Parts: sequence; C-alpha cells; structure tokens
Amino acid sequence: MSKNVKNPKSRGVSNAKWGYLFILPFFIAYICCTLIPQVMTFYNSLFMNYRDGLKQIGPKFVGLQNYVALFSQDNSGSVGILKYFGNTIILWLMGAIPQIVVALLLAVFFTSYRLNIKGQQFFKTVIYMPNLIMASAFSMLFFTLFSPVGPVNQVLIASGWVDKAVDFLNIKISVRVLVSLMNFLMWFGNTTILLMAGIQGIDQTLFEAAQIDGANSTQVFFRVTMPLLRPILVYTVITAMIGGLQMFDVPQILTKGKGTPNRASMTLVMYLNNYLTTSKNYGMAGAVSVVLFIISAALSLIVYNSLSSQYRKPKRHRKY
Amino acid sequence: MNDRKQSDKARLQLMIIRIVVYAILIFLTFLCLVFFYMLIINSTRSNAQLQAGFSALPQGHFIDNLKNAWTDASINIPRGMLNSFLVASCCAVLTTYFSALTAYGIHIYDFRLKKPAFLFIMAVMMIPPQVSAVGFIQLMYKLKLTNNFLPLIVPSIAAPIVFFYMKQYMESVLPIEIVESARMDGAGEFRIFNQIVLPIMKPAIAVQMIFSFVQSWNNYFIPALLLDKAEMKTVPIMIAQLRSADYSKFDMGKVYMFILLAILPVLVVYLILSRFIIKGVTAGAVKG
Repeated sequence: MSKNVKNPKSRGVSNAKWGYLFILPFFIAYICCTLIPQVMTFYNSLFMNYRDGLKQIGPKFVGLQNYVALFSQDNSGSVGILKYFGNTIILWLMGAIPQIVVALLLAVFFTSYRLNIKGQQFFKTVIYMPNLIMASAFSMLFFTLFSPVGPVNQVLIASGWVDKAVDFLNIKISVRVLVSLMNFLMWFGNTTILLMAGIQGIDQTLFEAAQIDGANSTQVFFRVTMPLLRPILVYTVITAMIGGLQMFDVPQILTKGKGTPNRASMTLVMYLNNYLTTSKNYGMAGAVSVVLFIISAALSLIVYNSLSSQYRKPKRHRKY
Repeated sequence: MNDRKQSDKARLQLMIIRIVVYAILIFLTFLCLVFFYMLIINSTRSNAQLQAGFSALPQGHFIDNLKNAWTDASINIPRGMLNSFLVASCCAVLTTYFSALTAYGIHIYDFRLKKPAFLFIMAVMMIPPQVSAVGFIQLMYKLKLTNNFLPLIVPSIAAPIVFFYMKQYMESVLPIEIVESARMDGAGEFRIFNQIVLPIMKPAIAVQMIFSFVQSWNNYFIPALLLDKAEMKTVPIMIAQLRSADYSKFDMGKVYMFILLAILPVLVVYLILSRFIIKGVTAGAVKG
C-alpha cells in the first residue's frame, strides 16, 4: 500500500494506521482480560455478593460496608487483613533481605578481576535453577521432606538430636523460615544475575581510577559500585517487593491454604483466594483486591522515590 | 625486601578471601541442590524404604514408582502434563508474537497515541495480576468459560514485561533502514514484520518463549480457580490436590515421583539451554 504513495507526508498517515493496527491486539486483550476485570473487581467491592451453602446472597449495593468489615476486629480481637499484611511483610523481608545481600555479594565476587572466580558458569547455572522450578511442586517437596515422618525428621531422630519428630509445619517460626528459605532459594540467583549485569555495565576505568587513588575494595564497593548500581538495585527491590506481595503458591501449598499455625503464615493473596474458593464472596474479595492494589502502588512509589531521589534518570522514557 | 613482604602479605590475604568466597559458593550450591537431590533419591525408593529411614543413595524402585504415578486413578498426571504443555505452548507463542508485534508497532511507526500507549504499558507493568482476579473469574463464569483453556491462553497476548523486553531488544538490533529498504522492495508491512523483523528478533523470541512457557507451566493461582474437571486440570492443580489428600495414606514413592514429573520438563530444558537462558535474564530487564 505504502509503495504507491509518493508524498512523504501522506506516507506518514498510512504508517499511523499500521501502528494502530499492530498494537491493537495487545490493547484489546489487555482491556478484555485485565482492565475490565479490574474495574469489575473495584465495582464488586461495593456489593454484598456471596454464596451461603446453596443460597446466593446478593448482589446488593452496600457502599463501603465490605471495607468496614475488612478492617473490623474478628472474634479473636485482631484485624484479619492487617495481620495477613504483616505476615506477608515478615515472610517477604525474611526472604528478601538475605536474597539481596547474598546476591550483591555474589555479584561482586563474580565480577571481581582480582578474585577471578573459576567455574562461574556452573555456579550461575546452579543458583539460577530454583527460579524456574514450579513453586507449588517445590513447596510440596518441602512439605514431604519436613513432614513429621519425612526424611529430615528421620535424620534428626536417627542422629539423636531430637527425641520425637518435630512438627515443623505447626511451629510459627519454622513455617516462616521454610517459606522464606524457599523464596530466597528461588530468587537469589535471579537477583545475582541482574546485579552482575549492572556491575558489568559500570565503566571499568572508574574502578581503576579508584584503585590508583588508593581505595581498598571495601571503599570501592561502597563509594563506587553501590552508588552506580543504585538504579538497578531500585529496580530489583521494587520487583522483589511486588513479587513478595503476590506471595501465594509456596505458603498455600505448604500449609494447605490454612496458613498454619494459627494463620501465622497466611498471606494477603491466600486471604483473597479463600474468599474466592470457599464462599465465592466477590464483595469481600473485591475489597481485599483494592487494598492489595493500593498497597502495591504506594509501596512502589515510596521505594522508587526514596532510593532513587538523587540518581533518578528517566532513562526508560527518554528514548521518546 | 619490604616490597616483597608486602606483596606476600597481599597474596596471602587474597588467598584467604578466595577460600572464603569459594566456601560461600559451595555452601549455596549445596543449598540449591540438596533438596532436588533428596527428591531424586526418594523417587527411586519404595514406600517401605522411605518409611524405614533416610538414605543418601538411590535404590531400585524408580520404574515402579514411575509406573504407579503414571497410572494413578485419582491423579491423572499424563493428562495434566499434556494439558499444561498445551496451555504453556500456546501462551509462549502468543506472548512472544504479540509482544514483538506491539513493540514493533511502537518502535517503527509514528502515530498520535504512540507515546500514551507506551506510557500506559509501562505504568501497568507493575500491577500484580491477582488484583484483577475477582473480576476475571466472575467474567469467565458469566461467559461459561470455566473448565476451558481459553481464559488461561488469551490473556497472554497482553504481556507488558515481554513487550518491554522486545522493545529494548529492537532498539539495539533493528535499524529503521532495514525496514525502509524492505519497503522500497515493495514488501507489505505485515510481510516485513513476519519475514524480516521476526527472524532478526529470533534470539529474543526464543528466550521469551522459554520464560513464558515456564511461567505458564508453573502457574497455579488463576487455573486453580477456573479448572475443576479432572480431565482439564493442569499439573500445579494436581500437585495441590496431592497436598490436600491425606498424605499419610499415600505411597510416598509415588508422591516424590509426581513432584519429579511436575518439574522435570522445565529442568531438562534448563539444563540443556542454561547458558542461553541465563544470558536472556539480563538482556531486557536491566535497563528498567
């Protein structure tokens, strides 16, 4: 079509048509599968709409009543959603702090000419592997290994460290440690590789200059590597955080959706899932989703601003 | 003399640091592999052997366990793997093709909504997919699309992260001159994309195909809410089913085999293509 057109100006017009055509499928799919459901979710949160046994209750407009219910105390005197938000944060931090620290260390090790680590490809292959493993299968594996009759308990008993089997899945701290350990294992390799690429992207002459000026490796790390790595670190922290908010598969399978013991490992998405599966309570599930949406939006803004205030370079949009 | 002493000291220091670094690496390697090692060992042991105690060495029941797991009456794992494979393959193809198409549309053409469209995709990139789950499930129930693979496949057309990756890649490998010279030769816009741009994008497409396949293969949240017929279930749902069954009555050899089967396809592909996959992790994401 465009070959017949001589005038460059009108060629631009026919090009515009192709541009719209090419991005159309994406936007149709996004609008139908995400945007409309998103609006429906928000809309739902204003309705009473659930199933009680075989009886359908609602949908009936109730205003903000679902949100009031969400933030009021239950029988045990605690506010469910705050507790689950707290759980999610704790589980995330327990996995993410070691994840970022270890990844930063490994990235520095791997990129150091002085250390000259051998077998990098092997180590990278191994540490990245858990990232691709099915989270639910990994969690099921941990469940079988750490169950009261599982091999870990067998070893502990056989070696005489404990008298009777430890019920790891009914102790608050051990459930949390297992969940965070799994999250750590699944993500530290990925973070390492991202940070490595970041360090390799730094101009090597800066390191040389710092060394000539007499900086030792600790000083180089804190004064050269860290500041220059900041944009990528921000990216890593934000994506890890948003991933952490979505934490579901691992604790869901490990605790059979119950968040044992006493809901100490129940995350926000597990809470959402509970409303969707047992009672099809679209009203409350909608309210939980809205809270989740606000938290993720706010957290990413806060972290983005606090970490990158001095170093913010709108690289991504500048291409424009 | 003093100089040499100094360099000896530095060398010793470096050696100590190296030993510590290797120790850390070996520890992390152990941590990454030990659970999978136990999985593989346990999948070669019979239920009785597993109950009797831990063993670090494989035993000869791998084939038995495989047979038992493969022909299990309540968990139809071959069917689940077939379903997962079908869904994941479709997702991989759709995600990569349409992300590349969208990226190309925004990269090459000039149109009024170009910038808003790009900024929109960037803005929604970080929204967790679970946030729209309620409406999505409700919509699918209304459209009678439960126990259907379409709701798992069609949304993959709109993948903001893959789009961003493709866009980054295009900026580095696709000069506008290639497209313009193809136009001179009289190629249509769609043909240019399919026959000239896609081949240039091959490495990016291959990497993203692997990632989206894996993501779909492992996906649990939405499929579990939409699929409840036995013959439609995907592998993660079957794993969850395994967890909710009374595990103490289970043949544990079989359970380990189920887990192994669930992760094996991805594991094999990864071990063959690890070098390529690891390179792909960074290529698009870092500049974010």
